[in-house]
Amino acid sequence: MSTTDSTVQTAPKPKSEPLFSKKNLRTLRDPLDDNNPITVQVLGICSALAVTVQVKPAIIMALGVTFVTAFSNLIVSMVRNSIPTRVRIIVQLIIVALLVTIVDQMLKAFMFDVSKKLSVFVGLIITNCIVMGRLEAFAMAQKPWRSFLDGIGNGLGYGIILVVVAVIRELFGAGKILGFQIIPQWFYDHGYVNNGLMVLPPAALFIIGLYIWWQRARNIKLINVS
Amino acid sequence: MEHLLNIFIKSIFVENVIFAFFLGMCSFLAVSKKVKTAFGLGVAVIFVMVLTTPLNYLILNYLLNKGSLAWISPALADVDLTFLAFILFISTIAGAVQLVEMVVEKFTPALYNALGIFLPLITVNCSILGASLFMQEREYGFSETLVFSIGSGIGFALAIVLLAAIRERLRYSNIPAPLQGLGIAMIITGLMGMAFLSFSGIQL
Repeated sequence: MSTTDSTVQTAPKPKSEPLFSKKNLRTLRDPLDDNNPITVQVLGICSALAVTVQVKPAIIMALGVTFVTAFSNLIVSMVRNSIPTRVRIIVQLIIVALLVTIVDQMLKAFMFDVSKKLSVFVGLIITNCIVMGRLEAFAMAQKPWRSFLDGIGNGLGYGIILVVVAVIRELFGAGKILGFQIIPQWFYDHGYVNNGLMVLPPAALFIIGLYIWWQRARNIKLINVS
Repeated sequence: MEHLLNIFIKSIFVENVIFAFFLGMCSFLAVSKKVKTAFGLGVAVIFVMVLTTPLNYLILNYLLNKGSLAWISPALADVDLTFLAFILFISTIAGAVQLVEMVVEKFTPALYNALGIFLPLITVNCSILGASLFMQEREYGFSETLVFSIGSGIGFALAIVLLAAIRERLRYSNIPAPLQGLGIAMIITGLMGMAFLSFSGIQL
């Protein structure tokens, strides 16, 4: 997996810099498209595919991941100078596991049905490569505020892919979006049938594969990145 | 016995960790360019999975579940610590991987050279933690857990070796530039997943 990132090597920022300077905004925006964690950095594919049968769990999952990446980036960046290099993976894992436990308990308390649907995938945010990848590649070398923005950016970049895939799968697989019927009954009366493949696991892989094709065809620079 | 065999077959083919649940996709896509390295990773995953999943089973059932602390004193019978499961599971896995790495390096340098770089990677392989979480969710017993972990490990190894073999052949084919690498690997995995769907419904 490619965890290198062009923003890592940038010089340390000058002392008085506005909170939303150009560079900080770029840190936030880049992961949404040109440096998307899923399609360009190849991180966090594991859970991206499994929770995309319906839109609602996908949105909840995206918010959970954004929360975890943002705050784990923030915390690790704050304590980065006091973590011994040899045990840093375990320290990072414990911080991430703590945050994921918070998300899991919140979901169980307030949205039990979604929590059941996501089943083990909430717990798997711990080993979601996005979280670890950003901690290693960014938060260990950058100041807390920028790391926080980077975490939010990457979480949302992940979320965009998740929601796009989920919209396609729910629309063609069940004719609905967020549970509302989109494809009219009239279509069904005239022989339209829901695409059964869309609700099966392989459909997610096809959609992401085609998305990558489209993204790289549009932006030639991304070819041979990974 | 038949029940256990059923779980074994199911975890390899029907509910393959890669094709049905997409666990461990990151290393699956990154380390599947050559059959040899893919095989090394597959063996390492089987090894670590068979070690950690039963270990987590013991932790879950003798420390965390409600009433499982009763063996210390009856006063603790009502304590429910399952919310600590994530932290303890991942610590077990990280610790076990570190331990395995040291033991293998010390006693079988040949195996260490073969697995070498893959062992630390395995800590953050979703399929390892996933197996432990499935074990918790499905409430398996000990022998079921053992069989399930062996099956899941073999399923992962099978999938990654198959994909690596296909990708080795693919190097000589003419694929549109934007689709090369990651894009085509995704689509191939999807096609393999469809092939594996034909196993669904197998019951022993």
